[in-house]
Amino acid sequence: MTVEAIPTSPATPFQDSARLALADTQLRRNMGKATQTIRGKRSAVVRELPDWENLREAGRGIKERVLRHLDDYLIQLEESVKKAGGIVHWASDAAEANQIIAGIVKSHGAKQVVKVKSLTTDEIGLNEALHQEGIEAIETDLAELIIQLAGERSSHILVPAIHKNRAEIRELFRKKFGLADLTDDPKALADAARSHLRAKFLESKVAISGVNFGVAETGTVCVFESEGNGRMCLTLPDVLISVMGIEKIIPTWKDFEVFLQLLPRSSTAERMNPYTTFWTGVSPGDGPKEFHLVLLDNGRTKVLADKMGRQALNCIRCSACLNICPVYERTGGHAYNSVYPGPIGAILTPMLAGVENAGSLPYASSLCGACYDVCPVKINIPDILVHLRGEVVRHKQKKWGWPDPENLAMKLLARIFTSRGLFEKSQKLGRVGQKLAVHRGFIEHLPGPLAGWTTTRDIYPVANQTFREWWRTRS
Amino acid sequence: MSTTREAILHKIRAALADVPQDETAVEVAVDRSYLTSDPEPEHRVDRFIERVSEYRAKVHRVTADTLAETIARLCASRGIRKLVLPPDIPASWIPDGLTPMVDHGLTDDQLNESDGVLTGCALGIAQTGTIILDRGEHQGRRALTLLPDYHLCVIREDQIVGIVPEAVRALQESAGRSDRPMTWISGPSATSDIELNRVEGVHGPRTLEVLVVMKQGG
Repeated sequence: MTVEAIPTSPATPFQDSARLALADTQLRRNMGKATQTIRGKRSAVVRELPDWENLREAGRGIKERVLRHLDDYLIQLEESVKKAGGIVHWASDAAEANQIIAGIVKSHGAKQVVKVKSLTTDEIGLNEALHQEGIEAIETDLAELIIQLAGERSSHILVPAIHKNRAEIRELFRKKFGLADLTDDPKALADAARSHLRAKFLESKVAISGVNFGVAETGTVCVFESEGNGRMCLTLPDVLISVMGIEKIIPTWKDFEVFLQLLPRSSTAERMNPYTTFWTGVSPGDGPKEFHLVLLDNGRTKVLADKMGRQALNCIRCSACLNICPVYERTGGHAYNSVYPGPIGAILTPMLAGVENAGSLPYASSLCGACYDVCPVKINIPDILVHLRGEVVRHKQKKWGWPDPENLAMKLLARIFTSRGLFEKSQKLGRVGQKLAVHRGFIEHLPGPLAGWTTTRDIYPVANQTFREWWRTRS
Repeated sequence: MSTTREAILHKIRAALADVPQDETAVEVAVDRSYLTSDPEPEHRVDRFIERVSEYRAKVHRVTADTLAETIARLCASRGIRKLVLPPDIPASWIPDGLTPMVDHGLTDDQLNESDGVLTGCALGIAQTGTIILDRGEHQGRRALTLLPDYHLCVIREDQIVGIVPEAVRALQESAGRSDRPMTWISGPSATSDIELNRVEGVHGPRTLEVLVVMKQGG
């Protein structure tokens, strides 16, 4: 089973994948139930904090400060980590990061590594790259383990197996672990994973993790988690390699007073996640003897260069925007063909991979704005979606050297809308032209190349008498 | 110096061409109007106990006088024989009649085969029901509280702060030190990976029990 890394060129546009996903009734049931549950919980724990809006604004401000001075903060972080006994690597892209990591693993003669769930390592396709080098990467997060065993891809950034229900998971574990009498009680399923993985934790010499935040001031990095698989990986092996996107910096330890409140409530909808580990370099006599931090660009500097889209790098990967999104709730994550699905994926993927490679994603939204309302770092996702739609159109024009028919139609419409005379004339024309198209008070199907417009929406016809016409008849 | 490093820094600077040359990081405003201390500090111990319990951890109020006997009673009732202990654990906490495993370099396998661990902690947060370990007094290294299946944690009433910013402030010193890795613990190990239902007990200790030592006469 090969799994594609991101940035990718989704071969299938979102609209086509979404249609397939919508036809899967089991998937829709699983997704509907899961997103509804977590939405309710999130809103309850967020309401508990009277200063939630202040925290969001602080979170946004801190990330803006970091992004506007990212070069300085990266240099400061590098220095702090080195001072604390860590080794810092820089990687421009996925290939370079994978090469660095494989090199470290091999230098220790390890054939197997344990992994903490990490989107960044999914993004660079690390597991597959290590496999090519003869190194087995074992996912230790329960959901990651489930999809690794099933040979599937993640469909949610926080709960990768959200698309699977307990019965499906039981079947998988029965087959893979040879446990014939396993029940579908989540507790029994978690126990099965516990005993399967305990030996792996104890025997592995190298662990690989992502990073939730890295503190420039102190060199402290951290991983938020729930199960304790993270603690196992971060504590037991001799060598720890952590991969961190360059935007995951916060300036000072103090800034955690904001993010330690924003992240757990927005992601797992808990007051606090069960375990968070913070470490600064190498701690003698406690945990790994060697710590490597790999700083990854992989398209992030491209996002940074987009003044409007830059704020997407505020993202702390909480997944609140996925859970609230009416589109994501119905299609699930696979339809986005990216490691980053949902509203944040719809903006981040095209910016990381280029709009030419993911041009359908900015349209995977109704622009309802719910994602912006729940975002703990106030990323204005709807505005960026509109901005990227513009980029998609501009890219098409550049490629063809000539505007496409939809574009010409829009330009014509724009002219008509700016002139009262033209507007009224075209209304009269429209009244004649629409005669055959109106059914039950709506235009449900347009002919020819315009049909695309009516596949997903009905259009109101031009009224028999407009307000202006009525006004004129009064006197 | 690695050339990749220079290339990335160069790309960042080019991407940030719109940021005025003379702007410093602290000039980018951060609105810190959120709460930084608990408006209801008088409720913090009750709230801590309530919130830790909501994670399905067990919490007991004790006094300095009843601490040792409570530890002994809990270990006995759970059939704990091999109890892991940090090297600086007070001798008076250690119950009679079981096998103390004081950590003077226990192996992972030894920890894995133990029945439980007894530690103190750095502090607790009422708002979130969180216990924080920072390898300080009575805590030992991280593996001690990870591999055993049962964690019994002692916290003094005066170690409980109200809200998250107070805890972050108190931990400022540990944060910069490489010999002080920190673990924030909110309830026993759990997962929400199966249909988003919280299930306690995956890889960390499946049972967390907390003893809050109340001030006497208070």
